[in-house]
Amino acid sequence: MVATRVVNALSRRLAAGSGTVAGGHVGLAVDPRLLEHLAAGRRVALVSGTNGKTTTTRLLAVALEGSLGRIATNATGSNMPTGHVTALAGAPPGAPAVLEVDEGYLPGLVGALVPEVVVLLNLSRDQLDRTNEVRMLSNRWRRAFSGSPATAVVANADDPLVVWAALPAAKPTWVAAGLSWRRDAIGCPACAGRVEFSSAEKGGWACACGFARPRPDVVLDADEIVLADGRRHRLTLALPGRFNRANAVMAAAAAATMGVGWEESLRQIAAVGEVAGRFSVVEVGGCSARVMLAKNPAGWRELLDLVAPGERPVVVGINARVADGRDPSWLWDVPFERLCGRQVVATGERCRDLSVRLRYAEVAHRTVRDEVAAVRAAWMAHGGGTPGAADVDFIGNYTAFTDVMSRATERTRA
Amino acid sequence: MSLRVVVVHPDLLGTYGDGGNGVVLVQRARWRGIAAELLEATSDGPLPVGDLYCLGGGEDAAQAASAERLRADAVLARAAERGSPVLAVCAGYQILGRTFPAADGRPLAGVGLLDVSTAKGTGRRAVGEILAEPLCTDLPVLTGFENHGGLTARGPNVDPLARVESGVGNGDGTDGAVSGRVVGTYLHGPVLARNPALADLLLSWATGLSLEPLDDGEEAALRDERIAAVRARHAGRWLSCLGRTARTARYVSGRS
Repeated sequence: MVATRVVNALSRRLAAGSGTVAGGHVGLAVDPRLLEHLAAGRRVALVSGTNGKTTTTRLLAVALEGSLGRIATNATGSNMPTGHVTALAGAPPGAPAVLEVDEGYLPGLVGALVPEVVVLLNLSRDQLDRTNEVRMLSNRWRRAFSGSPATAVVANADDPLVVWAALPAAKPTWVAAGLSWRRDAIGCPACAGRVEFSSAEKGGWACACGFARPRPDVVLDADEIVLADGRRHRLTLALPGRFNRANAVMAAAAAATMGVGWEESLRQIAAVGEVAGRFSVVEVGGCSARVMLAKNPAGWRELLDLVAPGERPVVVGINARVADGRDPSWLWDVPFERLCGRQVVATGERCRDLSVRLRYAEVAHRTVRDEVAAVRAAWMAHGGGTPGAADVDFIGNYTAFTDVMSRATERTRA
Repeated sequence: MSLRVVVVHPDLLGTYGDGGNGVVLVQRARWRGIAAELLEATSDGPLPVGDLYCLGGGEDAAQAASAERLRADAVLARAAERGSPVLAVCAGYQILGRTFPAADGRPLAGVGLLDVSTAKGTGRRAVGEILAEPLCTDLPVLTGFENHGGLTARGPNVDPLARVESGVGNGDGTDGAVSGRVVGTYLHGPVLARNPALADLLLSWATGLSLEPLDDGEEAALRDERIAAVRARHAGRWLSCLGRTARTARYVSGRS
């Protein structure tokens, strides 16, 4: 296949010289089937879902690396085909691929690449101004897996919309990874009835039509992973939060289906301290901030759980650019009430929307539009402190987070 | 006896953050010393009797399920008849009308509290900031975010809520509908967070009290910003249009 090799070489050069997406654009314009060609002869794992994609992709790549060598992966979250082309073109032929995939692109990629394994994390509302209704997405995923018997699926058994999508898969691995946001999971995807979550059985759910949680093959139980045969593995992570434990168990389960043992992958995963900057401590405005990203109500809920018990001032950054979704009404689905009593600064282009939300949550706060000035204001109000340890927690939605990262002067600690 | 604000079917009509309208109403009552409680009435139980009802936006199938339940138990219709205010947004507004479209476009029977009918639009979904001048009340300009595919036709028994300055609304240059104390609109945001005067109007209807003003500094700052953003974008479009016209005129006159 001379054509493929030419395109391969061409796109590798393009990818090396440019950012993550531009090279992919050109490559795909030259050959629409470029991705299939680039993926040929590789073992491919795909990771998709509303929240946790970037982290799980990284954890899976790290879990495989020790045994399988160099991995082709789109580590920066460019999760559409152009980003995939760049990731594959930049890695040696034959290197296994672990790709983060935008939810909407997943069915097409499952068909085109026939992946060895697909990881399905969760589905919930995201970007209100795009009408990607989650039930519709679940059905599109489902159709893709009915036509892909060679693909193993690692699916979150606690999310009814994920289970609905994964049921037709030939070899589903059901992982009880938890689901803290249930508002989008109540409408039964099988019959339009109502999914009831059980208070008796942890994580249990069922609809009257018979659609119910499958028996899990892997259970995340606090800091332990329990397998169907009774074996237990301790889960130690440098990354904080319940949601990252869920991401880790999904990644390790996928690694297991690809032949990498649980102990090996969990050891590799344990050392990861930050993912694409998330949870890292950076120097911003003369003080240090732990920076975190949350894009939708499910993600915010998890991060508020993480920061609410702390002492540090909290800076919350909200933008509403196209990449964030232009309607920030979802702020009213986030329980900001949990920040009552904390020092809070509202920032970002839509800090006014956030400020009104915080007013009704009765969270005392200041409003400082510029993100770096906001971090500084929070730190000063707190009485300063020794730079070095994190002084401030910063949580931003997508572009607010990337803005802060691009203006951080130094990364002090991973 | 406290004021009961009922958020209707948040499990079905809670997709666009409109549950915030209930929070705004309850807080604005409490801040004035009026006891108030928020009842989130999910669709698996009967709709409770309340003093003020809020409906929000939702997906097509959920919207139809909510309409079916509201028609069946008629609690909302009886409450409206007694004079309890009802605020209905987007999908909630559509289902309070006579008919609204199913996912496949076929008309379904609405609750019938507003003399409006909604059909699927033929063009693109209306998605974006909306600005509308109220017509039947002395409220300040309404600001919000709309996101809908339906177009709503008004019958003779409702007044439009507002004249659209920027955006789509009902699709005929107006937004929403008012009949007695039932108010429908396409504005998210949530609409009462962005337009506290509308929240106070509903509260004064529900309590019969004339309410003292609150310090709405945060809301005022948000309103100023959103209104200015929409008008600046409009002005920008006008300017670029004028610029094009001027260039064309120069080009034409230069050739002649």
